[in-house]
Amino acid sequence: MGNLAITADALSKQYWLGERKVRHNTLRDQAMHRLTSLANWRGNRARPPVSFWALKGVSFEVKHGEVIGIIGHNGAGKSTLLKILSRITEPTGGKADIYGRVSSLLEVGTGFHSELSGRENIYLNAAMLGMRRTEVQNKFDDIVSFSGIEAFIDTPVKRYSSGMYVRLAFAVAAHLEPEILIVDEVLAVGDASFQQKCLGKMEEVSRSGRTVLIVSHNMAVIEGLCERAILLEKGRIAKEGDAREVVKGYAEGLTTLAGIPMSDRTDRVGLGEVILTKIELLDGERRIQAAAITGRETIIRMYYRCLVDKDFQYCRVSISVNGRKGHDLFVLSTDIVDPTPLTLSGEGYVEFFLSELPLTGGAYFFQSFIESNGLAQDWIKSAAPLTVLDADYYGTGKLCPPGWEANGVLVRYTWKTGQLE
Amino acid sequence: MSAHVPSQLEPSRMMTLPHVKIRPSRGLLHLDLSSVWQYRELIFILVWRDIKVRYKQTILGAAWAIFQPLAIMLIFTAVFSYVGQIPSDGLPYPVFLYSGLLPWLYISQALSRSAMSLVGEAPLISKVYFPRLILPLSGTLSPLLDLVLAFLVYLGLMVWFGVMPTWRIVTLPLFAGLAFLIALAGGLWLSALYVRFRDVGHIIPMFIQLWMFVSPIIYPVTKVAETWRSLYALNPVVSVIEGFRWSLLPDYQVEFSVFVPSLVVVFLALAGGLVFFRSMERTFADVI
Repeated sequence: MGNLAITADALSKQYWLGERKVRHNTLRDQAMHRLTSLANWRGNRARPPVSFWALKGVSFEVKHGEVIGIIGHNGAGKSTLLKILSRITEPTGGKADIYGRVSSLLEVGTGFHSELSGRENIYLNAAMLGMRRTEVQNKFDDIVSFSGIEAFIDTPVKRYSSGMYVRLAFAVAAHLEPEILIVDEVLAVGDASFQQKCLGKMEEVSRSGRTVLIVSHNMAVIEGLCERAILLEKGRIAKEGDAREVVKGYAEGLTTLAGIPMSDRTDRVGLGEVILTKIELLDGERRIQAAAITGRETIIRMYYRCLVDKDFQYCRVSISVNGRKGHDLFVLSTDIVDPTPLTLSGEGYVEFFLSELPLTGGAYFFQSFIESNGLAQDWIKSAAPLTVLDADYYGTGKLCPPGWEANGVLVRYTWKTGQLE
Repeated sequence: MSAHVPSQLEPSRMMTLPHVKIRPSRGLLHLDLSSVWQYRELIFILVWRDIKVRYKQTILGAAWAIFQPLAIMLIFTAVFSYVGQIPSDGLPYPVFLYSGLLPWLYISQALSRSAMSLVGEAPLISKVYFPRLILPLSGTLSPLLDLVLAFLVYLGLMVWFGVMPTWRIVTLPLFAGLAFLIALAGGLWLSALYVRFRDVGHIIPMFIQLWMFVSPIIYPVTKVAETWRSLYALNPVVSVIEGFRWSLLPDYQVEFSVFVPSLVVVFLALAGGLVFFRSMERTFADVI
């Protein structure tokens, strides 16, 4: 085995959908089902239960001291993989071996009981995560001071704010000292300063030579912490390798922009002689992307079609990005940066180049506008969704403050201090 | 936080690293009871949590463990002794009744706690690994404290009614142990079934009620017709209660032959329960 911490060999997990649909949650259901399938024994046999593979033939190896990220869409099998490696559920096929003491952290505050005090919950939660009692006793003061809620340590946690709750929970988790740590998305909690603290702790853990397997939707975390990443797609490994490369692959694989063809849409205002037919997102190498990445070179391409056979003069094509709350974050418009009159005819496209995308990760949408000669031709309020994946914009590994997802425009800046005499 | 040195620098350590094998399990007889032992601290802490939580934010606190059996004793005495004229083998009815209530209240509480233990801890089961056996086990252990407290009440009753215990009282832990095994066996079956079939939640209260009436708690075994006795003795609670009475009540006569079928039933239920629980355990996290 040498230097390996985790080996997974053709891990598979099958869930029975059919069984779920006719889920025998009551004895009567099961009895009835047995009876009906007996009755149907000869004629039309009960349709076989449909199964799906949440995980199919997943093999990989993790060396001791390696920090590896697992990314993928919802339903790609990330959670199933973590659950199998944490021994919460059994694989249907394949095998895995883990060499070393494992702690898995699929949520913070597992086993917390609201009636118990913070102190009592520390012991409880630590035991759930596999910490020995003496170990907890030794680290108790560190845990409490890390959480920053010393004053409330003997208050029942049901009186805690959700922030305090999470702080305490993470503090316990942060003091685990396994050789192998399996983590799921737990960083997406707490206020900004606490998140920094957690991220710092994660870095410390990963630099201390321990093996970490982390699942996250936050590309900045993956890029910042992991050398290597695995992209899961429909239960299989779609890509594996250098974390930055895999994150890039993930962005390319995201589902395409809008469902219905843009030209068929009716939620538009304007004369309709010139219409928008498609919005495309391209990366710096002019490859079509389904999602953009924070800070990367991005091209937004707007296709138009003139339904009347003539030259449309003095045109203006613009697109704005709206945030989660529907407010405009910034607008790109042909006339602002270049006053040369624009004439449109036939079919074509307009491309906007952004040397770096100044948006934090999250879901946004585009609002499009085409005008000719001062008359609105085509205005679509929510023309297409825009998914932005978080990446390390400032090169510091730090995230945008929580609450700013899909709301934040990033600006390049520096700062210094001055001393008053 | 002491940094763990990468293992390649520590070849000797490599040899001692725990090895977790993850395989689809096959076969029925994969009990792996040693893993339960490894997690004994968790059992302890769950029991402690259970006890702690039960009496939080109550005025009487742990006094409930004393007040409850006492109140039940008074109510039953009023109904069955005064109104129902049920005989009690020549003993004061309250003492007779309480000596049967003592193990029964434990069994019924332990049984329902352990039966509910898995579904009640669904979030735990889907988020963290530990041998699932720990949950019904701690559900059966935590009411033992109440049993001890209720036993203190019994001692008071004995003094009150002038019934003096004999040496046989030292055998009480044996019968309490049997009560524990009965509750555990039932808890294993019911808790695993409950994960799959929520009907169990509705059945348990009825089941416990029925079980109480087919056990000699409010009436003496002598009230059961001779012809039915051997069938009656299949109910292991009969043995527990007879044992309790034999150990607690002076001159109480017991036919020890009733213990044989009871012990066989308990053993089979427990062994079957373990195998059943283990085979169901694989899908707990998926189904719960």
